[in-house]
Amino acid sequence: MSVEAGLIRALTGIVGRAGVVATLEGRLTYECDMHTFYKGIPDVVVLPESAEQAAAVVRLCRGAHVPIVPRGSGTGLIGGAMAPQGGVMVSMTRMNRILEVDIANRCATVEPGLINLWLSNATRERGYFFAPDPSSQMVSSIGGNVSTNAGGPHCLKYGITVNHILGLQMVTGAGEVVWVGGKAQDRPGYDLTGVMVGAEGTFGLVTAVMVRLLHLPEDVKTLLASFSTIEDASETVSAIIADGIVPAALEMLDEVMIRAIEEGIHAGYPKGASAVLLIELDGPRAEIEAQAVRIEKICRDHLALELRVAQNDAERALLWKGRKEAAGVIGRITPSWLLQDAVVPRSKLPQVMREMLAISARHRLVFANVFHAGDGNLHPIICYDDRVPGELDRAKQANEELLHACLQLGGSVTGEHGVGLDKAKNLPYQFADADLNFMARLRRVFDPDGIMNPGKLLPDHPACGEGFRPVAPTLPGGTWV
Amino acid sequence: MEGLRACVHCGICLPQCPTYRVLGEEMDSPRGRIYLMRAAADGRIALTPTLARHLDLCLGCRGCETACPSGVPFGSLLEATRGQIERRGIRSPESDQGTLSLLLALFPYPDRMAALLPALRLYQGSGLQALVRGLGLLAPFRRLRTMEALLPRVPGVGSARLEELTPARGGKPRGRAGLLVGCVQRFFYPDVNAQTARLLAAAGYEVVAPREQGCCGALHLHSGRLDDFRAMAKQLVASFRGDVDVIVANAAGCGSALKEYGHWLQDPEAEAFSQKVKDISEVLVDADLPLGELPVTVTYQDACHLAHGQKVRAEPRALLRRIPGLKLVELAESDLCCGSAGVYNLVEPGMAAELGRRTAERIRETGASIVAAGNPGCIMQMDRACRALGLNVEIVHPVSLLARALREAP
Ligand code: SF4
Ligand code: SF4
Repeated sequence: MSVEAGLIRALTGIVGRAGVVATLEGRLTYECDMHTFYKGIPDVVVLPESAEQAAAVVRLCRGAHVPIVPRGSGTGLIGGAMAPQGGVMVSMTRMNRILEVDIANRCATVEPGLINLWLSNATRERGYFFAPDPSSQMVSSIGGNVSTNAGGPHCLKYGITVNHILGLQMVTGAGEVVWVGGKAQDRPGYDLTGVMVGAEGTFGLVTAVMVRLLHLPEDVKTLLASFSTIEDASETVSAIIADGIVPAALEMLDEVMIRAIEEGIHAGYPKGASAVLLIELDGPRAEIEAQAVRIEKICRDHLALELRVAQNDAERALLWKGRKEAAGVIGRITPSWLLQDAVVPRSKLPQVMREMLAISARHRLVFANVFHAGDGNLHPIICYDDRVPGELDRAKQANEELLHACLQLGGSVTGEHGVGLDKAKNLPYQFADADLNFMARLRRVFDPDGIMNPGKLLPDHPACGEGFRPVAPTLPGGTWV
Repeated sequence: MEGLRACVHCGICLPQCPTYRVLGEEMDSPRGRIYLMRAAADGRIALTPTLARHLDLCLGCRGCETACPSGVPFGSLLEATRGQIERRGIRSPESDQGTLSLLLALFPYPDRMAALLPALRLYQGSGLQALVRGLGLLAPFRRLRTMEALLPRVPGVGSARLEELTPARGGKPRGRAGLLVGCVQRFFYPDVNAQTARLLAAAGYEVVAPREQGCCGALHLHSGRLDDFRAMAKQLVASFRGDVDVIVANAAGCGSALKEYGHWLQDPEAEAFSQKVKDISEVLVDADLPLGELPVTVTYQDACHLAHGQKVRAEPRALLRRIPGLKLVELAESDLCCGSAGVYNLVEPGMAAELGRRTAERIRETGASIVAAGNPGCIMQMDRACRALGLNVEIVHPVSLLARALREAP
């Protein structure tokens, strides 16, 4: 299924010369997303500017039996926006307009390439915002958020992406352009929007998204509590949830992570503590004042070292900048790393954190932790140096052990990052054959010829008919990936 | 290249990159450019003309450096890679190397610039410019047309003269300030230099502007002509050898380069020199200046080499706010490059014009009648972009507004 010169000419006919990237140098920069471990160079990249162009590209590729890999801002963490089998990559970055803001119906319709934060920036003055806030929201695209069903710190209270998608337009793998969902609350028939959110490009190309807008809360309060052990912090999280409080966000950061953030961003996190909880409350002023009092008591009961409240918007913004750019500061503390995204039921948080400390000690590796404690969604960053022989293997081993520990506690292999190439192989741990077969059949309904993002989301399975193949390393020995 | 390894491919820099904003392409984004530099450093790909092209299109604005949480030193990585490309003579046919070489052979040489000025003055004064612009005579000559459009009003023979030595006036004496007069600044905006000296004097500094000072080499540094740059840098350091407490730059591009002499020359004298360099706004921000009323609405565009190169953002704004009656309105995305970027607008006129247009649109939204920016290149670029949009605003150096408001003690 390689791409012929004729196909590139035909693609050029659809999107124009400026919309095609065919040079080796250009294509090379599209070979991975933020999970740089997995690389796969597309044979050509196209940048459509409309749904019509996108549809024409899909039809052309279907006719030629060439795989299609959709890509937004390329900030995914699962090897989703890379081309293990080559083919045509469709970059949505030029489709980034806000098509409609409908305040009366509290919704907006946007193109998939629009950067998440830009939507809230455009509606904030009118008192509204788009709630899903993945940490990458300053750069990740709404189309990418939809495709991975992204979460974020504030999803604890507001729900994940799928809870905020009213409808979407998709060019299916069969080349049809369909609209599902819409502004009306109750719609007859299947909830296709729910099925299509989180499909990771395996159904088709998302070409427009209708999202829910929420009214900004009356007030916001951001607290910072530091602890001398990770266990104390974890117990505090469980106690807050058990007390019936749903904070807007409840994040945990450990000492390694705080050090890196302070070095890179100077966000004002207390140095020296083993763990810090970033707790945000929002809503009616009286209600959050009362909740803050209860939370402060719980923190003190669990031996908090220090409790602090952000004094103004600037201080709060800086704390969040530190939290949200945490993934970016990793480069300051380690040359290479593996990032987990496992989930445990939140009552099991103290248990899994103990397990994690044991695993990191056993493999003599540093783990940096920054995660959505309130959801039990862990993001341990396993630091290693690929130049030290054997460290990569130890890191992989530690990663596996941690994953199994989470599953044993009744958790899931992925929380909010999606499955992609990275975690497809782990799905059989969590799903029975019948479940996986059913998903594979569903996929075929949208994409009869299997051209959409092959190798992602579903594992290699006889019934899937999918050629899942990990990319062969094409790099010279010693290259850092 | 350890700096390249620091990039974790997070993409946080993408929205801050002007060329990515226009093109939406990975290889014309900071992350993509780093990826290419790294692939070349690792021997995965060769330094090809296509790769050079993607680096040529980079403004060197360093917006990505400010955005990057991982501390990737993009500016110096770019300059080092451009150095490699330059040394190996790799050229992209799409890049306008001719213009670049021409400009690099012109700007830094005061005698060559001085020779050109009377001709330009004649061109503008005789009405020929109006004729050429009116009839679109240069339309077929892309290179000439771009340069012509950027040309500011060339100052007359009688413009404010800058003495080699300006004595301190009023205020408590603060020491001796060495003033860098710059290549573009001294010929096209000599008033700004004279105003800078006046303000420094009012703030209590004795100002020396050594006659023998040459070009700081910033343009050469940013285009990867490192050998030429080092030679110029050494000469400049030597010309400021006298005893000064602070070396003041009023052109962001120059100031940023001066502050990096220590890094590039790796010698103690250059390091000591760099330590003393300050932008004019940093020097004046806490000085006593007797300022009178100036009832105007002003917006401020961050020059890249101030905001990103020198991390100077608050000082110019604070200074402008000190002028009684002056209303400062914030410009949206004021730290996104206007397209000037040294000689970029002359060698990449297409991208530069688009970035200029976007900046002018944002300026229009502010409703301000004056735009302040601390770099002569930005002033020229925005002036042209606003003119093209039919927008009637004045683009000035913040120093000029301060000078207008200055009420010197008798
Ligand atoms: S220096 Fe400016 S133009 Fe170049 S990559 Fe960085 S942000 Fe983009
Ligand atoms: S922000 Fe920094 S680490 Fe992230 S992609 Fe850009 S240069 Fe790399």
